[in-house]
Amino acid sequence: MSDVNYKEIIWNGLWKNNAGIVTLLGLCPLLAVSTTVVNGVGLGLATVLVMAFSNGIVSLARNWIPREIRIPVYILIIAVLVTIIDLSMNAFVQPLYLVLGIFVPLIVVNCNVLGRAEAFASKNPVFPSIVDGFMVGMGLTLILAVLGGMREILGKGTLLSGINLAFGESAKAWVITVIPDYHGFLLAVLPPGAFIGLGLLIAGKNWLDQRKAARAEPLQTSQAATAAA
Amino acid sequence: MSMNSPLVAEQSTVSVIMLKVLGALVPAIAVYVYFFGPAILVSITLASVAALATEAAVLYLRRYPLRVYLLDGSALVTAWLLALSVPPMAPWWMVVVGTVFAILVAKHLYGGLGNNLFNPAMVGFAALMISFPAHMTQWPAPEMLAQTHWSFTQQMDFVFGGMLPADSKLDAVTMATPLDALKTQLHLDREMTDIQSGKIFSTLSGKGTEIIALLYLLGGLFLWQQRIISWHIPLSFLAAMFGTAGLFYLFDSSQYASPLFHIFAGGTMLGAFFIATDYVTSPTTLLGKLIFGAGIGVCAYIIRVFGGYPDGVAFAVLFLNSAVPLIDAYTQPRVFGHARKWFKGSKE
Repeated sequence: MSDVNYKEIIWNGLWKNNAGIVTLLGLCPLLAVSTTVVNGVGLGLATVLVMAFSNGIVSLARNWIPREIRIPVYILIIAVLVTIIDLSMNAFVQPLYLVLGIFVPLIVVNCNVLGRAEAFASKNPVFPSIVDGFMVGMGLTLILAVLGGMREILGKGTLLSGINLAFGESAKAWVITVIPDYHGFLLAVLPPGAFIGLGLLIAGKNWLDQRKAARAEPLQTSQAATAAA
Repeated sequence: MSMNSPLVAEQSTVSVIMLKVLGALVPAIAVYVYFFGPAILVSITLASVAALATEAAVLYLRRYPLRVYLLDGSALVTAWLLALSVPPMAPWWMVVVGTVFAILVAKHLYGGLGNNLFNPAMVGFAALMISFPAHMTQWPAPEMLAQTHWSFTQQMDFVFGGMLPADSKLDAVTMATPLDALKTQLHLDREMTDIQSGKIFSTLSGKGTEIIALLYLLGGLFLWQQRIISWHIPLSFLAAMFGTAGLFYLFDSSQYASPLFHIFAGGTMLGAFFIATDYVTSPTTLLGKLIFGAGIGVCAYIIRVFGGYPDGVAFAVLFLNSAVPLIDAYTQPRVFGHARKWFKGSKE
């Protein structure tokens, strides 16, 4: 298995099959915790850790897991990892843990985690599986960060508010006030804002892809023309 | 229009319809100014400018012909309806945000006029209601009830700069609407007759607002006479609300206001004739229109009486808007010569 294309794994995870805006898996936490950048990235990084390790372990054990009961076994592995993350977050970044609440334990049922275990880790060697889990998680984190940023700026007029939850009181100075004296567009922080924001992100990605395709096209046709000539 | 022959040119283009809708609103606006002061004219102007500017910008981005779509008046109708649903002394940026949201998100992101699923004005209203609940409940007191009177310039200072006149508070010129007053007072365990003897209440609903509601009704009847709207949606809306309110009123008239109060209070009349009847966001079949109107009437009453917000018309309209494709699918009329789809199996 030396023909693993890492570049493609990275490209797929971060952009082409991005969990947040292309495959649209695990939307519940995505929509619920992306109220601020810090919340989004906090949950995103927890998911990255779980995905990297669960993919690695599933890949290690893939030859001993009977096909018929593979899903319960995967879930068991994922649940163990989530429990570890859950308890560690409770121990080391408790304020953030309290904000994220139920969504940390719920990583167990995030379809991305199980999806990558089933679709990738169960068929590939350990190292590529870890890279895949990590990159899909990073893709999700990216969207969580961007969506969280959009909603935070529109809803509160700040960026990185709540960073003190993760890095202690001294980090309060890092909060960037984008719009001073802002009234707060509450809609952006509430669930409708999450749906509208995600819709805009998906549209933005499709637009970028289409523009890229449209730019590549004339080149191809001219090449085809020269080839025909 | 009933005299149309194939040789007579069809008159009802989009812009003619929209102009008549705007015209039908004018008497109510005039009375609005009489009772609540001229600030509403400023917010209508603000909303109109914001709507046309947003519309032009989006049309430009989408490479649509500006003239045709800008002059069709649909953006203006959205702007006017939204401005009429927002307190006239709300800060200027609120009206602008609401209008931009209505045109940009509710109308053009769904594909523009004819493709939008939700009524743009009501989406704008809901966005404002959810985002700025405090500003959205600052309704002015009718002129004859206000403790102090602000001059027009004082009002504009407040709308554009947030500046209060030196010796006055906002509370001196605002007042709970009849619906709002009713709800809070009922929570304080006061009796209905006792509450309704309050100075803001009047024969039908509230002082001033009832006359505006009557003029909305009159404007609606004009639109019906002009055959711009059919009677189905407004009548079923009002009948359903009257019926639901009547049931509760019969059940316990000390806790529930009379049905007459409900159809003349809040946004009922404006909603029934001008908002729910929007062609794009209402069903096309006649039976569908009846179901749609009745659904709004019942939902608006439930949200208004049992919900957290002072009025429920906007949310009820949005809710039923989302049911329109379903209603249309289930109420398709029988094609001549074919069996009715529904009973196909059971008849044989």
